[in-house]
Amino acid sequence: MNRNRGRNLRSLWRSGVDHLATGLAILATILVVAPLIAIFFYLVYKGASSLNWAFFNQIPKPEGEVGGGMANAIVGSAVVLLVASLFGIPIGIGGGIYLAEFGRGTKLANAVRFTADVLNGVPSIVMGIAAFSLIVVPMHHYSALAGGVALGIMMIPTVTRTTEEMLLMVPHSVREAALGLGVPNWRSVLSITLKTASPGVITGCMLAFARVAGETAPLLFTALGNQFWSVSLNHEISALPLQIYNYAISPYDDQHRQAWAGSLVLIALIVIAVSLVRFVTSRGTLKGAS
Amino acid sequence: MTDLRMPNPVAAPSRSRAEERNDSSATDAPVGSVSGEVSAVRGYLLSRGNSAGSDRFFAGAMLLCALAIFALVALIAVELMTQSRLSWHAFGFSFFYKFNVDPITHLPLFWDPVNGVFYALPFIYGTLVTSLVALCIAVPLAIGLAVFLTEMCPLWMRAPLSFFTELLAAIPSVVYGLWAIFILVPLLREHINPVLMAIFTEPGLTHLLGWTGLFGDNGLFGGVNLGLGLLCGGVILAIMILPIIASLTREVMRSVPNSQREAALALGATRWEMIRMAVLRNARIGIVGSVILGLGRALGETMAVAMVIGNSPEIHLSLLSMGHSMASVIANEFSEATSDMHRSALIEVGLALFLVTIVVNAFARILVWAVTRGAPARVQ
Amino acid sequence: MGVGIEVKALNAWYGSNHTLQDIELTIPANHATALIGPSGCGKSTFVRCLNRMHETNPVARVTGTVRIGDLDIYHDISPVEIRRRVGMVFQRPNPFPTMSIYDNVCSGLKLNGFRNRRELDEIVERSLRNAALWDEVKDDLKKKSGASLSGGQQQRMCIARALAVDPEVLLMDEPASALDPVSTSKIEDLIFQLKSQYTIVIVTHNMQQAARVAEKTGFFLNGRMVEFDSTHKIFTNPSDKRTEDYITGRFG
Repeated sequence: MNRNRGRNLRSLWRSGVDHLATGLAILATILVVAPLIAIFFYLVYKGASSLNWAFFNQIPKPEGEVGGGMANAIVGSAVVLLVASLFGIPIGIGGGIYLAEFGRGTKLANAVRFTADVLNGVPSIVMGIAAFSLIVVPMHHYSALAGGVALGIMMIPTVTRTTEEMLLMVPHSVREAALGLGVPNWRSVLSITLKTASPGVITGCMLAFARVAGETAPLLFTALGNQFWSVSLNHEISALPLQIYNYAISPYDDQHRQAWAGSLVLIALIVIAVSLVRFVTSRGTLKGAS
Repeated sequence: MTDLRMPNPVAAPSRSRAEERNDSSATDAPVGSVSGEVSAVRGYLLSRGNSAGSDRFFAGAMLLCALAIFALVALIAVELMTQSRLSWHAFGFSFFYKFNVDPITHLPLFWDPVNGVFYALPFIYGTLVTSLVALCIAVPLAIGLAVFLTEMCPLWMRAPLSFFTELLAAIPSVVYGLWAIFILVPLLREHINPVLMAIFTEPGLTHLLGWTGLFGDNGLFGGVNLGLGLLCGGVILAIMILPIIASLTREVMRSVPNSQREAALALGATRWEMIRMAVLRNARIGIVGSVILGLGRALGETMAVAMVIGNSPEIHLSLLSMGHSMASVIANEFSEATSDMHRSALIEVGLALFLVTIVVNAFARILVWAVTRGAPARVQ
Repeated sequence: MGVGIEVKALNAWYGSNHTLQDIELTIPANHATALIGPSGCGKSTFVRCLNRMHETNPVARVTGTVRIGDLDIYHDISPVEIRRRVGMVFQRPNPFPTMSIYDNVCSGLKLNGFRNRRELDEIVERSLRNAALWDEVKDDLKKKSGASLSGGQQQRMCIARALAVDPEVLLMDEPASALDPVSTSKIEDLIFQLKSQYTIVIVTHNMQQAARVAEKTGFFLNGRMVEFDSTHKIFTNPSDKRTEDYITGRFG
């Protein structure tokens, strides 16, 4: 009798703890998801109500004046990101090809892989300092080029690691088929293996792109920012995140408004990139590969 | 059996013939005539020669790309070291712990670019405190989320929820900062900080627990409530590192084999007991690894923190006080640093940050690797 | 037109594993030669030594000489060049997943820089006809991906791909082992037709298949070639006890 009651109490306690834990996990999920939704909707609300045509086709008005837009910052971001992609993606893909096709299992490959992970963890502000002392100091002025290189370096590890992973997913038989036809190795790697893995590799590049598109810290003292039109690689250039930052900490309401609008545009670009990636990957990275 | 025929002797003689054939083949070469000695196709392929040179070049170029990754990290390290030499020679290790005392107010003076005082202690303090606050908030939530996603979540919710968390990771730092300035700071100032202040300065509790030093007007939540400050920096960092910790923890939990779960359930464990015994226990090293990886991210996070931390190089116990972090001071002062010493000191702060994040990240990677057995743990 | 193959003192290693030991063999031109033996006996390694595919594995090593036509393939010529002369069909169909049927078939030419459209069209048609696949795919050559065909069709496409470079020798490594009986018989018919034009070496673990398609048969066991003779002799009156045991199903 007594033992039975003890057992009942105990099972009651156990199921109580079980429910409590479930409840806590659900609570944690709500606590995570709710602010995200809040941030998101507030951003959309604030941003959408602040967007207008001037935002896309005008450059900033002088300090304190109402109106103007971020056209130069949007173009500037495009320029800087183009430089970053041209610098980061080829090196990243090359590194990935080396890891997957040439260095498989070697000590050097492990070291490269580890270094890429280290580079991935380097704070973006440090990347800014590095680009500053590597490019700005010798050139004696801030430039779009320096900003692009800083972002490009940040893209490399992501591109390298995804390229490697995706190449490793290409079945060995496909490589053998190409080699068996007497296709030169470089041709086989580029036209067969890399091409087969290309949806995944593109995914990696997009992710890396989306990640650096919103970076501000590396641009603060490389691209610096610019209130006027500029597309020259040799001069200071504005960028969307930089402009958002400058406006966010400014005292003017109209600039706050534009900061929200800029954030919405930035996020929209990034979300489109990430969803595109999701879409592509969910359709199967290596469709049809046996 | 010596039926070894030789329709096409080695390269040289057949090559010229092959080229002729190939050139004329556009008009009416007997393509693929099986009876002929060398078909057009065969001739063409024979003329291609071997690709050893281009293959070697290609392999070399790829190797160069891989080495470039090494070179970049090395270059960054070397640049940081040479550019911070000035401040290193002037202050040495005391850079990280010493301070001057203000002759008038008798308060400690750490960082005064105008008078050439450069000691980095308040930045280290600010970075540590905000990161700790962030971990305290983010770790339980992230683990809860991961447990929910891997063990409890109905299937239809799993994809949208993980997509949402991924999205959270994709939002740029500067947007978080913007949101924090206009939403989080007022929220903390009006609603949350007053409650915390009321609790921590409540006379009874202060009397009871005053010995900890955390209570009262000089305690953890004493001082002026501006909304900005270390607490705000910590909260925004927590939101930012949550998705990283959650997604890695989820990956680690998923690598726990199902047989372990079934074994626990077969012994009559409730679901929570199963999670505790089979999942969390097996994944604990990996979870610690992902938390440390999140810490690495928090230490280096710049913009959002710089926008809400208050930007003043002081050290106060109160989480409501203004502070500065290693990354935020660089972001704020670097482009305005006019003296060489100022710039050099900022770069030294950057170097310290670089080294610390490398150590933290390397440690975390090793832990995560140990659990997922070399499966690459990806952080976006 | 095919050429003969002469193998002398061939030894191959896979890591520390001595997978082929002192193989001596002469394979006649324009005939089909079958290699049989229990799995793991080295017959696949052997054919991979004939076009130097064996050495694509970093731990693999080869010694000895292989002469194809009058070329010593390990001395006179680079692996890439020899593979253009020696076509290979693998155990499982391995189409290039991103390419159409057309591109798959002419990939060996295109990837080597061959650009003449009109000739490519002709070569693709001829190769597909030779591989008995033309009628099944001619309507969507460029529309359909090579990977969308059935397994048997894929394997015939791979044969067409190997034929498109007009090889002197065709190596087939258990080409039908992953296919259903109908596809298998199609592949066998194909081998039967092709062997007058090409020197074919086919690895199989199916003895009936060897008996059906090959004039000559070699029996491999534990990395050594036990016996090599006309197919008829091997299957009716083998001179080695071990061959007889294997043929009669006493082991393996």
